[in-house]
Amino acid sequence: MSDIAVRTVNLGKEYQIGVQQEKYRTLRDTLTNAVMRPFRAMRGELPDETKSLWALREINFEVKKGQVLGIIGHNGAGKSTLLKVLSRVTEPTTGYVELHGRVGSLLEVGTGFHPELTGRENIYLNGAILGMKRREIERKFDEIVAFSEVEEFIDTPVKRYSSGMYLRLAFAVAAHLEPEILVVDEVLTVGDAEFQRKCLGKMGDVAQEGRTVLFVSHNMSAILRLTEEAIVLNHGRMVLRASSAEAVDYYLSAGHANAGERFWKAEEIPESSAPFRPIALRLRDARGEVAETLRSTESASVEFEYELDAPIKGLRVGIYLHTMRGDPVFTSFDTDDPGMFETYRTRPAGRYISRCTLPADFFNQGRYTLSVNASAYRIRRYFQEERALEFNVDPSGAPGMQWSEPRPGVIRPRLAWTIEKTEAAE
Amino acid sequence: MSQTALSPQPDSETLVIRPTKGWASLNLRELWQYRELIYFLTWRDIKVRYKQTILGAAWAIINPVINMVVLQLVFGQLAHLGSEGVPGPIFRFAALLPWGLFSKALTASGRSMLSNRSLITKVYFPRLSVPLASTLGGVLDFLISFAVLLGMMLWWHVTPNWGILTLPFIILFALITALGVGLWFSALNVLYRDVGYILPVMTQLLLFISPVGYSTSEVPIQWQALYALNPMTGVIESFRWAILGTTPSDSLSLGVIVGISAAVAVTLFISGLFYFRRMERSFADVV
Repeated sequence: MSDIAVRTVNLGKEYQIGVQQEKYRTLRDTLTNAVMRPFRAMRGELPDETKSLWALREINFEVKKGQVLGIIGHNGAGKSTLLKVLSRVTEPTTGYVELHGRVGSLLEVGTGFHPELTGRENIYLNGAILGMKRREIERKFDEIVAFSEVEEFIDTPVKRYSSGMYLRLAFAVAAHLEPEILVVDEVLTVGDAEFQRKCLGKMGDVAQEGRTVLFVSHNMSAILRLTEEAIVLNHGRMVLRASSAEAVDYYLSAGHANAGERFWKAEEIPESSAPFRPIALRLRDARGEVAETLRSTESASVEFEYELDAPIKGLRVGIYLHTMRGDPVFTSFDTDDPGMFETYRTRPAGRYISRCTLPADFFNQGRYTLSVNASAYRIRRYFQEERALEFNVDPSGAPGMQWSEPRPGVIRPRLAWTIEKTEAAE
Repeated sequence: MSQTALSPQPDSETLVIRPTKGWASLNLRELWQYRELIYFLTWRDIKVRYKQTILGAAWAIINPVINMVVLQLVFGQLAHLGSEGVPGPIFRFAALLPWGLFSKALTASGRSMLSNRSLITKVYFPRLSVPLASTLGGVLDFLISFAVLLGMMLWWHVTPNWGILTLPFIILFALITALGVGLWFSALNVLYRDVGYILPVMTQLLLFISPVGYSTSEVPIQWQALYALNPMTGVIESFRWAILGTTPSDSLSLGVIVGISAAVAVTLFISGLFYFRRMERSFADVV
């Protein structure tokens, strides 16, 4: 046998997007549509106008046995579709995939977990769903429980678990899958840093055991740590296959950020975000100029301009900051302050700017990305855009610049050091 | 007993994923390989069904008993319809057993693809496992009610004859009927959510055009062949015959009724399997 584990040939996936989903404005329209629809369906012309979208096109690659391949690309580049095809969740439209070996896929942790069942019961259920045999689960049961660190609660329904416990248990089951080919989606972006490290470690072990892994992530550090080679997808096509370092570089430099300002065109705004309508996101330096490069020693401000077509209850508008490699720096919302939250319990319709100040002496040298989010906690996410803006931080004048060494770390605070001379103890 | 390999063997399998067109084979071998998953899904449905209820599995008794009382009042006391020489309550309760199995399986499997959406869009497994497990989930309730039926038979001194030996086949008949209809509806429900609204109405209607509250003898004899096209007619009459030894007094022979119903049930079942297999490739994209 050859030493190829996965081979895709001319793989393509087309989705039909019905214009159907457009909302019907009037009751009359809704009614006529309801009446007409079955007739149209019978004549086989259900979607009035369908547009098709190629989520994947002409994907050709091979993965050797024991290789760990990273898959990177922007949102909507086709990463998840590729994994879905590889894990047989959905069928390709063209081409084919050859898989040599037992495939395990992990597009989500905790698939099929039932809140009413106990941790123990869910381990069995989830294991079976992921393709483990009952004996296999029995054999690994203690190991799974130990990895998850929820021993005491193993006979409690998982609906009483904290989200962290739930996640640990879910990942513990998944981490004990022993397929020859493992397909993993971005499951590590959740959970606390400590647990993420543990999971990455476990995945490293998997690779070391000579199994083939295909790994999708937005987290460039994880890609660099876990994979030797990566492919970059863009609009459904494979644009590059290279060493991970090269692929990450390519991906980052092909970023779609604009210089200090991001305007949303009407057609870019998803319908689902109504009544929230983003207008612009700007980054201003200490002098109030729109800037793409900030100085570490000066403060700056972020402003997010938007319009509400109707009042929204409990709205919070905020930013996420990440390093270019995808490691989170912080998250902040305009109504984080309880007083502000009270004042804006319901935000009336109208045009707004939510503005915040990024303090001086805060960022280390490097490149960062800014994402925006508008949501009502636990009710609805109106709008979100990742990497809406990117910016550089210039370190001149920052503490410690007299030494040319790079300072590791995301922040570079100016700390108030004192030096005190004390008498040596005898 | 079976020799399960503890570690995956190298080169154990090669799988080619390619687009499929038209009618697909049933691939029952793969379904068999996934029998443990079907077992766990069934087990989950049963386990979860009575969680956070005060009365728990007692509902499996209370529901058919209430139904029996209502049917007995309406058809027995008010309409004065006969019960083929056995006590009315037992006559109607016996029909409610296969009926309950059928209606629960129909409702559960009709909804099953939607309620298991999170599985279908994230993991591969033979999709047939989902409606199959939903149908099997009703068997436990059936067995519990069956114990009640046995109790009632003791109370009213109804002794079954040798016909009871055919019971496993009749239960299979009921399951095939339920699964056949369930497969059609579960696949259709993914594409057209209207099915979710039709189902409750349809089960209610079917209850009245099946011989649950009354006997097939109440149907004019020239209409009985048509009446038997409803597969539940054959299921219920054969179930009563097996347990209580009754046959509809003024009717076509039981064999003809069961024959017609069985032919319809098997047709529904086989066409349902193929239709489901044909539609399933698009489930993950549209569910």
